Amino acid sequence: MLTESLVLSGVLFSIGVAGVMIRRNAIILFMCIELMLNAVNLAFIALAQQIGIEGHVFVFFVMTVAAAEAAVGLAIIISIFRLFETVDIRNFNLLRW
Amino acid sequence: MENFEPTLLGLIVLLPLVGFLINGAVALFTPGNKGVSTWVGPGVVGLAFLIAVVNFIGMFGAELTAPIVRSYWSWMPVGDLQVDAALQLDQLSILMTLIVTGVGFLIHVFSVGYMKGDPGYARYFAFLNLFVFFMLTLVLGANFPVLFVGWEGVGLCSYLLIGFWFRDREKADAGKKAFIVNRIGDFGLLIAMFMIFAHVGTLDFVGVFAAAPETFVYGGAVVTAIALFLFLGAVGKSAQIPLYVWLPDAMAGPTPVSALIHAATMVTAGVYLIARSSVLFALSPTAMMTVAIVGAVTALFAATIGLVQTDIKKVLAYSTVSQLGFMVVGVGVGAYAAGIFHLMTHAFFKALLFMGAGAVIHAMHHAFHETHQDWDAQDMRNMGGLKRFMPKTWIFMWIGTLAIAGVWPLAGFFSKDEIIWMAAAHAQGPFEVVFTLVWVILFIAAMLTAFYMTRLMILTFHGENRSGPGGRHIHEAPAVMWVPLAILAVLSIVGGWINIPRPISATPILGWIPPWHTEWLHYWLAPVTATADNVFRTRVGELLEVGPFGGGEAFWAAVAFMIAMVIIALTTVWLGKQERKPAVETPPYRGFAKVLYDKWYVDEIYDAVIVRPVVNGSRALWRYVDDGIVDRAANGVGSLARGLGWLGSRLQTGNLNVYALAIVAGALLILLTVVGL
Amino acid sequence: MTEFIWWVFAALAIGGAAGMVGGRNPVASLLSLVLTLFSLGVLFVLMQAHFIGVIQIIVYAGAIMVLFLFVIMLLNLGHDYRTDIRNVGWITVGSVLAGFMFWLIARTFLEFEELAVSGPGVLPEAAAEEHGVVGAIAMTLFDEYVVGFELVALLLLAAIIGAMLLAKRRV
Repeated sequence: MLTESLVLSGVLFSIGVAGVMIRRNAIILFMCIELMLNAVNLAFIALAQQIGIEGHVFVFFVMTVAAAEAAVGLAIIISIFRLFETVDIRNFNLLRW
Repeated sequence: MENFEPTLLGLIVLLPLVGFLINGAVALFTPGNKGVSTWVGPGVVGLAFLIAVVNFIGMFGAELTAPIVRSYWSWMPVGDLQVDAALQLDQLSILMTLIVTGVGFLIHVFSVGYMKGDPGYARYFAFLNLFVFFMLTLVLGANFPVLFVGWEGVGLCSYLLIGFWFRDREKADAGKKAFIVNRIGDFGLLIAMFMIFAHVGTLDFVGVFAAAPETFVYGGAVVTAIALFLFLGAVGKSAQIPLYVWLPDAMAGPTPVSALIHAATMVTAGVYLIARSSVLFALSPTAMMTVAIVGAVTALFAATIGLVQTDIKKVLAYSTVSQLGFMVVGVGVGAYAAGIFHLMTHAFFKALLFMGAGAVIHAMHHAFHETHQDWDAQDMRNMGGLKRFMPKTWIFMWIGTLAIAGVWPLAGFFSKDEIIWMAAAHAQGPFEVVFTLVWVILFIAAMLTAFYMTRLMILTFHGENRSGPGGRHIHEAPAVMWVPLAILAVLSIVGGWINIPRPISATPILGWIPPWHTEWLHYWLAPVTATADNVFRTRVGELLEVGPFGGGEAFWAAVAFMIAMVIIALTTVWLGKQERKPAVETPPYRGFAKVLYDKWYVDEIYDAVIVRPVVNGSRALWRYVDDGIVDRAANGVGSLARGLGWLGSRLQTGNLNVYALAIVAGALLILLTVVGL
Repeated sequence: MTEFIWWVFAALAIGGAAGMVGGRNPVASLLSLVLTLFSLGVLFVLMQAHFIGVIQIIVYAGAIMVLFLFVIMLLNLGHDYRTDIRNVGWITVGSVLAGFMFWLIARTFLEFEELAVSGPGVLPEAAAEEHGVVGAIAMTLFDEYVVGFELVALLLLAAIIGAMLLAKRRV
């Protein structure tokens, strides 16, 4: 099932990429990023069957980083929402020219 | 003869530096404290003098043919250029060290009295110590770069001390003028150093002077250029025409500074440089002729200005320029020992005269201060009859005056007449006429010297007192000031006896000085000047025994002595009869005297010919080149960056989706380069 | 049988992902993502990654997704939503770019299998037989990667403090 798993990983990653480009809801953008991370995890697990158990360790690390990122990211979203009363990214354009 | 080892050579240089650090710390942290500076300031110089004396005695006993070089650390090891921080002890440098530390010590002691009550007391001694440090570096350095460090350092200290009372705009400007004019000379010295290194491959004195006779063609263009550039440095430092203009203005500093830096030591650095580089000059007759002419013209020119000046320090300043001209002629005609001899005796009697003038100014200043008179304390028209109030200073100043005027048996008689004679004795070879002319000019300048110095004495100490109500408050200087004067007065009398020319010591009356002093300095300096003397002897010939118009050395010395005596006597009688009034009631000069009083308008000519064009040219450069081209180019680059930045900023839409798209596009590009399409 | 289960959950994962990207209601999107993550957990288990599969479901599909859900509820985004999907032009461009990326990735992976790469490491099956399912990963984690493990612990600590500071009303 190695090839299929890797191709599936690619499918999920591409869906995540497309989502980041076409959605405007900050929370959904976050979810797309989580999806991309998981697609990578899938590739790690699939390859671990052939290369070694280190793949599992890296998935473990990815999960931890994802958890940290989700915590901080969601905190940022909360504070942004407090300022703009919305999570639509069209409103967050202070970095514009 | 036993071997000679220098004793604590480095400490001679280091002690004044320590003094500078201590006094500097006092000046920075406890400016009011005078006790430390009073002892440390003169003390370190006195100690350095003692060490120098110990070394001198050691050298006296030993027969030293080669200089002793002590290398302390490698300073600039760059490829072929190997420069060590090294000191060189030989007959010339120990003599200069003795003069600098000895006269310097006396002036330090004098300063204790003169500067008492000045708020910058510690700062003053810090600068003075620093000056001695740099001056010793200059005279003891074993190569051109070390000499240059001292050269620049004394220039810095000169600037700091001329502008010591920097709140006075005029005095600060005088400091700047000295610094800037000296830069021109320093430029010459630097170029000379570059050329020496390019042609000889080393900058050590020993190496350069040993290699020079083989390296350079006699009278060749290269050695002439090097010698002339060295001389440009000497012209700046020793205040020769055309760069002498800074020295009279330098009298803005405290009077002991004028005595130490602008009369006895620093300004003689140029003479020292020429004597030190005697080999290079001897190889270039053209350069020597230039040196001699410049020196002679300076001696006469400055003397004419000195005739009519009314400021006591200005008279002495022009006298210094004139005497420096004598020394330059001495080393210029090839009589290096004579030049150094006059340097030494001049250090004695000019320091004496300056400090005597300082004592007078000090007294006048206090007197006018007492009576709240707004009169110039340095103007001789406001003095007169001071011998009643200051008898000691009067006597010492007369000794100095007779010495500088060349009266037998005082120091100036022997040193000045030797230089005058040497100009005549070298009048042979290609420039016979020139040297004869130089000799005549010096003779006239020497007569003028006798006149203006006598005039100074008459106006200051004789006749009726013209100080108005302040006259009652004039007092003799304290012991700390007149004791150094007394020592210098003794030296001004006996200082010349160490080098009595052989023809004079053979004369009945003039030769009454014990004969073992005959030409001692000449023999002492012989190892230093031997190479140069050899070059002259083989290329040109032996020195003449008979002058251009007949008569030997003793004859002309006797003539000069008679003329000096006559002039002094006539001047005393003539000026003594004149009626005088204080400065405020005296009409200004008219006619030729006004031209002399206004210094031949040299400052005005320089202002019109050099300063103004430079200022206007700079202004034009600023307006058109700097503002118009440079700034516009810089602003243009800035605008371009702004424009490009504006274009780039269009990409920053603030929309996260666009950023995501950009990231994806970038990732795709990377992916494409890695895996290919 | 295993293969059949794999295909079922692979399909569920893709469906969940598509539902997340296409869903209009944030809560619905989130639940679709939970479905995807759960399916991935099952796939992990099928590929001998039992421990990872379990924490995928507990930590990821459970804890982290609940955090998302909590934020959505807290900000009251669960109803009264407006569409936030961009217009057709953006969808076309995004899909083309994503498709292109997929093509490149898939091609690389296909080539990768032809290379039949194998590493020097211990395979998960062998390790699980020796140390047990949890012990297999623990041996590697606490032996070779202990520094990374500690650094990740530090990162989590920083994230906790950072999140608290960011979400607080007044610092």
